[in-house]
Amino acid sequence: MRLLRLVPDETKFDFIRFRRVTLPVSAVMSILAVVLYLGLGLNFGIDFRGGSLMEIQTKDGPADLEQLRTTLDGLGLGEVSLQQFGADTDVLIRIGQQEGGEQAQQEAANKVRAALGDSVDYRRVEVVGPSVSGELLSYGTLGVILATFGILIYLWFRFEWQFALGAMIANTHDIVLTIGFMSLMQIDFDLTSIAALLTILGYSLNDTVVIYDRIREILRRYKKMPMEEILNLSINSTLSRSVITHVTVTLALLALLIFGGPAIHNFAMVMTFGVVLVGTYTSIFIASPILIYLGVGVARRAGAFEAPVAEDKASPPVVAGQG
Amino acid sequence: MLHFSRPKLILVLAIALIGMAFAVPNLLPASWRGAIPSWLPSSTVVLGLDLQGGSHLLLEVDAPAMRRERATILRDDVRRVLREARIGTTGITSNDNSVQVRLRDPADAEQALERIRGLAVQVGGGFTGVSTAMDMAAEANGGTITATLTEDGLRERVRAAVDQSIEIVRRRIDQLGTTEPNIARQGANRILVQVPGLDDPARLKALLGQTAKLTFRLVDTSMSAQQALQTRPPADASILYSNEEPPVPYVIKNEVLVSGEDLIDAQPGFDQRTREPIVSFRFNANGATRFAAATQANVGRPFAIILDNQVISAPRINEPILGGSGQISGQFTVEEANDLSILLRAGALPAPLQVVEERTVGPGLGQDSISKGLTAAYIGSILVVIFMIVTYGLFGVFANIAVAINVAMIFGVLSALGATLTLPGIAGVVLTVGIAVDSNVLIYERIREEVRAGRSPISAIEAGFDRALATILDSNITTFIAAAVLFFIGTGPVRGFAITFGIGIITTVFTAFTVTRLIVAWWVRWKRPKHVPI
Repeated sequence: MRLLRLVPDETKFDFIRFRRVTLPVSAVMSILAVVLYLGLGLNFGIDFRGGSLMEIQTKDGPADLEQLRTTLDGLGLGEVSLQQFGADTDVLIRIGQQEGGEQAQQEAANKVRAALGDSVDYRRVEVVGPSVSGELLSYGTLGVILATFGILIYLWFRFEWQFALGAMIANTHDIVLTIGFMSLMQIDFDLTSIAALLTILGYSLNDTVVIYDRIREILRRYKKMPMEEILNLSINSTLSRSVITHVTVTLALLALLIFGGPAIHNFAMVMTFGVVLVGTYTSIFIASPILIYLGVGVARRAGAFEAPVAEDKASPPVVAGQG
Repeated sequence: MLHFSRPKLILVLAIALIGMAFAVPNLLPASWRGAIPSWLPSSTVVLGLDLQGGSHLLLEVDAPAMRRERATILRDDVRRVLREARIGTTGITSNDNSVQVRLRDPADAEQALERIRGLAVQVGGGFTGVSTAMDMAAEANGGTITATLTEDGLRERVRAAVDQSIEIVRRRIDQLGTTEPNIARQGANRILVQVPGLDDPARLKALLGQTAKLTFRLVDTSMSAQQALQTRPPADASILYSNEEPPVPYVIKNEVLVSGEDLIDAQPGFDQRTREPIVSFRFNANGATRFAAATQANVGRPFAIILDNQVISAPRINEPILGGSGQISGQFTVEEANDLSILLRAGALPAPLQVVEERTVGPGLGQDSISKGLTAAYIGSILVVIFMIVTYGLFGVFANIAVAINVAMIFGVLSALGATLTLPGIAGVVLTVGIAVDSNVLIYERIREEVRAGRSPISAIEAGFDRALATILDSNITTFIAAAVLFFIGTGPVRGFAITFGIGIITTVFTAFTVTRLIVAWWVRWKRPKHVPI
């Protein structure tokens, strides 16, 4: 059987040359993402903003959104939004946070129940009061920051500080772009989004670390090779792995996106953007070339990388085409 | 790298088999699980509320209300001790956490201060002898004394109230006959209640939202409610309303004849004459004696049964009630009578509880989520399996076996830990399949490189494993850090994601280091390959 080779064995693509394009492009994209975030804002879900969310299913026939809207507007609950959710009998009702503390949120949800009565099934009801939503937001933010620093410290121990910093810059870029994407698409930003962001962070770092591992290995082996070549060699020799892993993760994510149902649709969409569209690009085009600017090569020539190589098992250099 | 010593081999196989064995009960129908001998694993994965349906409620002890209540009690105590000591005052005022007394004669200040300080109680009951903090501090400033409730004291009271509330909440929920509710303290002043498979969270909330403080008091007949509303109620009475629509005002004496604490039983039933739903109750000895004395002294007068400051009925005492039992009738529906008896049996909450977060999923949505989640998981897995075979052939099959063992072990660990599987958790499993495949890809790509570099098949395979494992470890630890953080900050479904993702990373590293290697080692020994087919 002839096996599939997505990346030819002899690939020697000059990725690093593109840094003069990709770094500015990424910088512009990041700024654009921040502008989107500032302009459109994140569409905070009830987890972070407080309020109520009800997923209802009409019992007879498709939901009449107009009629529902009229009924709910009559309740005087302020901002009420309706959205078709999956099947045409399913409607998502969002009610903004009510004045008057914890009790008022419960009363708002009760009013909706009273108004719609038994004509619908309440498939999901979520009510988040003001004190909880405030905490969830600060925990979520804290979580992303903690995870970022935890990983930074780990990388700093395992690699040189330049690698840790490079990975951090690259992955902040991922998070910023993903948040920009969520602003643009006005995807609900809730606890699940934090989970998605942290997973993107994890995946993207996973990718970056694989390339960094190789850079470190090749740096130790070829002490005189220019940094650009080292980076290109590292990226090229891990390229097949990057592509194959990328395809498998994409397959898994697409299955979630298409078949996972509306409940994890947002999660899958954010993940697909972050992992499939951004993550791998970042590892190759941002995380690697940025090492040049962080002075990894310079430090090497100054002797910082002259640490004795652990017994090398006399393996010939892993360069495409040597065999 | 390819050689496994016998003990190591046995250990690896044992871990993998035990891990998978723990997953087996999930595949068996519920009726079979009962037949599993106790020495075999029989626990299954717990489905999260988002999958099996149910209610998640976060209740908060109303600390400001407790503070106000404490301040009121302190004011009454201060008034009492000063009266007992015959110390004249010109005014006692209180706010949320302090009481101010203006003495008629500033010369009394020292004596008054001593009396008031005598009211302070050591925080934490003083069992340990470690804490010397008091729940109240008093100071004199000329003829004015200020008694302030300390933060330590309030915190301790809130803590005690939460402990007590958890017990009462548990008793109330147990009465609903639901299976395996989870009730736990969360933070300083919150209680997490998770009740699976409940159809009607409204009833649950109604049950938990009531303090259920029951008191029996006399109705003040010295003036009518109308008069009291127009002027003011007598000093020892207050105006309370009934639970009817529209509410009817009553003038009720403040003195409590008997309270709900003295109840030993309450049962719903029907009045024998009117066939109306009622709640019949029985007092303990203490309550029975006091109730008998009170009813004896007040025959012909109305008394009121008050629940959470609402008059639920105000019957006339026709004859002394000596037997220590009685009934409450208040135009209840059957369900109301039932719920009231539950509340009375379970006891009153020490402080009001507020629902600060509610997440309820109906059973229908849960079913939908399971089937959609599983569909996505199957399709995702099949696609990955096919892709791996297309890319790596025989080694792809090896990778798929390793990944299958990996997924079985995830479910094994989830079952053994009694961890919860949520919808995002299923997504976590799907993503783990992606990552688990990646570890095999790293190994195989490295083998391909080593072959290209001119190594012999066996040496290339050895070097491939050797070099890829360090990378696998590094890349998975970074991902694991993200999962761990998510576990600590997340709740409910998100935590479920962190759990499966985190466990998945660990099993992935395990299978990559052992299972994949073992399979390849067996193949190498069996085939003695001249070239590596990847």
